[in-house]
Amino acid sequence: MSDDHTHHHNAPLSEIDQRVNRLQALLIDKGLINQAAMDELIDTYENKVGPQNGAKVVARAWTDPQYKARLLNNATSAIREMGYEGRQGEHMEVVENTVGVHNLVVCTLCSCYPWPVLGLPPTWYKASSYRARAVSEPREVLKEFGVELSADVEVRVWDSTAEIRYLVLPQRPTGLDHLPEQQLATLVTRDSMIGVAVISQPSPDELR
Amino acid sequence: MNGAHDLGGMHGFSPISQADIDQANIEEGKSRNFSSLWEEKVFAMTLACGMLGKWNLDQSRFARENVDPAHYLNSTYYEHWLHGLETLLQEKKLISKQELEQGKSNSMSSLPASLSAIKKEDVSAILKKGGSASLPSDQPPRYGVGDTVNVANFHPSSHTRAPRYIRGKKGVVVKHHGTHIFPDEHAISGIKIPAHLYNIRFEPVELWGNSRIGTNSVLFVDVFEPYLEDPGG
Repeated sequence: MSDDHTHHHNAPLSEIDQRVNRLQALLIDKGLINQAAMDELIDTYENKVGPQNGAKVVARAWTDPQYKARLLNNATSAIREMGYEGRQGEHMEVVENTVGVHNLVVCTLCSCYPWPVLGLPPTWYKASSYRARAVSEPREVLKEFGVELSADVEVRVWDSTAEIRYLVLPQRPTGLDHLPEQQLATLVTRDSMIGVAVISQPSPDELR
Repeated sequence: MNGAHDLGGMHGFSPISQADIDQANIEEGKSRNFSSLWEEKVFAMTLACGMLGKWNLDQSRFARENVDPAHYLNSTYYEHWLHGLETLLQEKKLISKQELEQGKSNSMSSLPASLSAIKKEDVSAILKKGGSASLPSDQPPRYGVGDTVNVANFHPSSHTRAPRYIRGKKGVVVKHHGTHIFPDEHAISGIKIPAHLYNIRFEPVELWGNSRIGTNSVLFVDVFEPYLEDPGG
């Protein structure tokens, strides 16, 4: 569990700490929650479920054309083959980046995100600026993440308004044909699977 | 509802915070999802209480977004969750306002005997099962891939998953997702009504006019059939 309080712009920490502690005490007192179950929930999303899952899906799609075809055709079932399923991943779609197409995922209304493959969303994904601007000025947003796309690349923005959850299949860096799937997975970043990053060509050191 | 949560296309926000991006990169692979202990607790309490089955996901969303817009924009994500949880627990009479203020149970209050806290050993199976939104229907879809559709110009004060920036706009159906639980009714009554769900492609000029902000970009939004009307209709 994390107890390091990094800075927060809006949250009056001590007051909200007390408010949360009061609620927690009340719910335990009432028998509505169980502390061990709470710890299990936190442990699941802190330590077990995260972008390492999505990275394995991507690496397999890069190396196994039949898997990739299944993934693009029925993402939910192809992802389940890898053992990832359940809450906030019940209805999956995978969108593929190509030379001419770059995909970007957002949830303007809240923060819908594919938990079984990416874990919980990062702070910026839940914040107003990203949610407001990803749909109206996606290229500006991408620049803030350091991604400059040429004008002839079509940017496709996916707003997660229903229960469909989106995962971006990033482009595979070239010249890595000799690498095994497990090593390719280590090159796949979370941000590349949301669509705010492209996977850079690894240096010879990284490939050793 | 036309709330502050419906952010698509709003102006005036700062660029994405570089500190947030850097933080996220540092966290990558380590899944450090919470910036403080209270956020962890709110996350876990929200999931654990949700598993009691007294409300659904759409009711949760409505409880989080149904706040004063100034407050919504000035508070953080897990504060929205906390507000939503406190609201639902009181609405469903699982806790009282007085108990919430005191942080302990009033001995006069009683819970239904059927209600018991989720146990640690049940957590993994519940998460794995998830909650499918699919719901069969005898009604055929009204639209097919390639059809041009209009999103209705409507403004319910209750929950809806039609963001304002697509209302009254024209798009083209690119995929039919089958029938899913219609969130608007689900949030109001808890009743599960199936609705056809489509992925609709919107051109930036249709959404944002002739401003250059959407240059060579397209929007794809999942839209429920009740939000749609025939073009020209």
